[in-house]
Amino acid sequence: MTQVLLFALISLIKTLGLIFLIILPMVSYTVYAERRVSAMIQDRLGPNRVGIPLTLFGLQKDIPFFGLVQPVADAVKLLLKEDFTPNHVNKFYYWLAPACAMAPSMMALAVIPFGSQLWGEPMVVANVNIGVLWVFAVSSLGVYGIVLAGWSSNSKYPFLGGIRSTSQMISYELSLALSVIPIFMICGTLNLSEIVRYQTVHGWLISPIWIKGISLFPLSINGQEIIHSFHILKIILWIPLFISFIVFTISMFAETNRLPFDLPEAETELVGGYHTEYSSMKFALFFLGEYAAMIVGSAVIVTLFFGAWHVPFLPTAIDDPYTFWGVILGLIHIAAFFVKVALLLLLFIWVRWTLPRFRYDQLMRLGWYFFIEIALVNVFIVAVILPFMRE
Amino acid sequence: MSPLLFWIFVAIMLFFGGMVVLNRNPVASALSLVLSFLALAALYVSLDAYFLGVIQVLVYAGAVMVLFLFIIMLLDLRAESRRRVNFPAVCGGFVVILLFIAVLSDVSLRFQGGNAKFQAIAQGPQGDVWHVGMVLFQQYNIPLQVVGTLILVASIGVVILSKRELK
Repeated sequence: MTQVLLFALISLIKTLGLIFLIILPMVSYTVYAERRVSAMIQDRLGPNRVGIPLTLFGLQKDIPFFGLVQPVADAVKLLLKEDFTPNHVNKFYYWLAPACAMAPSMMALAVIPFGSQLWGEPMVVANVNIGVLWVFAVSSLGVYGIVLAGWSSNSKYPFLGGIRSTSQMISYELSLALSVIPIFMICGTLNLSEIVRYQTVHGWLISPIWIKGISLFPLSINGQEIIHSFHILKIILWIPLFISFIVFTISMFAETNRLPFDLPEAETELVGGYHTEYSSMKFALFFLGEYAAMIVGSAVIVTLFFGAWHVPFLPTAIDDPYTFWGVILGLIHIAAFFVKVALLLLLFIWVRWTLPRFRYDQLMRLGWYFFIEIALVNVFIVAVILPFMRE
Repeated sequence: MSPLLFWIFVAIMLFFGGMVVLNRNPVASALSLVLSFLALAALYVSLDAYFLGVIQVLVYAGAVMVLFLFIIMLLDLRAESRRRVNFPAVCGGFVVILLFIAVLSDVSLRFQGGNAKFQAIAQGPQGDVWHVGMVLFQQYNIPLQVVGTLILVASIGVVILSKRELK
């Protein structure tokens, strides 16, 4: 019984720590980064004023601090704004929708291995064998929030936004799931922690570079040189992996409703899309849900293709995890994971402010005519190559 | 698995299953069905059938019901909720339920094989996905291929039928 309690307590600490100490601050600073990077791309300054408000305490000047305190000001603003519920909405579903949009992206984090270990405890909330399927299943529930918001608002533009978003998410879920099948065929497991372990031994699945630890194919296993087992098929295998990376990443853009695929909330056509009728914290929940979905998407990409917490040239495990260096190593691994996630988020932001929006029929054609077929052929190619490699 | 959890999830599943029928609003019915599916998935997970549970969520709650909701939202919901309760139909429904329970209990009481305990799923490093795959592709390979072909034929048929109206 005490073991069950201990397990529950540790899981609770991991969950709360992950969400409140890492993900939610990360969400607010992604919004900040979005505003600063967009300002940089458009040759503006962006929010660079809010810092330590010394004038509140009677001093002459504030310390601007690059506007890093802006997220706090944003949060206060969103909480204090009037929470207005229009008369024509379907009240129950109108209130339910923001929660439905927010919760799934948080739940999907449960299976992501965001670090190696800390005091011997694996840094993943639920180490289950279905791994990435859980992420797909839970994030497919995220569409309910958007659909309900669009429908319950009882007005044209939110409804159109909700309809667009439903068809978009259903279309891209297919290519999202199909594109990563090659990874499971190569690693032979769905468990994300096992996939990461495969990558720590065999190199990141994205990388064609030929250095031990960060190459797709190791120069040595257990200290034994294996250069003589050089095989042309092993290089060929890198091609389908790269294709699946491209398809997966672009589908992730569509799945998280980011530009160039942000048709559900295309401002020029649909006012604000599905959240037109929302204000204050309810709007903020949609906003948070969208950015959290982006972070989860980046975390999945990092886990599947960029070796998750693995740092090249650093040991993956230490003999005694309770020593000072063991803890430091665990912390470095966690930091490495989130640095990689942050870099991918920067990519998301960069793409949003440099590419124009797709037209709706182009979006559907890209999903149904190209990505699904490419992903299927990709699976076939890997299935042909793998038997030859296994000898 | 804890029996308490089992009963909680069964209660959730049956309650929302009932709400699917009792709700006058089709959107509420569809969402109740989603919650019922989620509770069913929780039951699968509690039996260590993680794969089945997650597929239940992915396919039924995440895809099929979203499409249902999609279609329902295009209907006129006011006309639907104004419709009065049809008493002969309700009585007929209860008769069907009673008959179904009678047949089900009769069959399950006579079915001796149902008393035997099933073997637990081996929890190896491969997990239940591996077991499902092995059974599907070794024992039932030909039926699987046949079903795949049937589904392909059906989807091609749908495309052709929907295209014909456009011309």
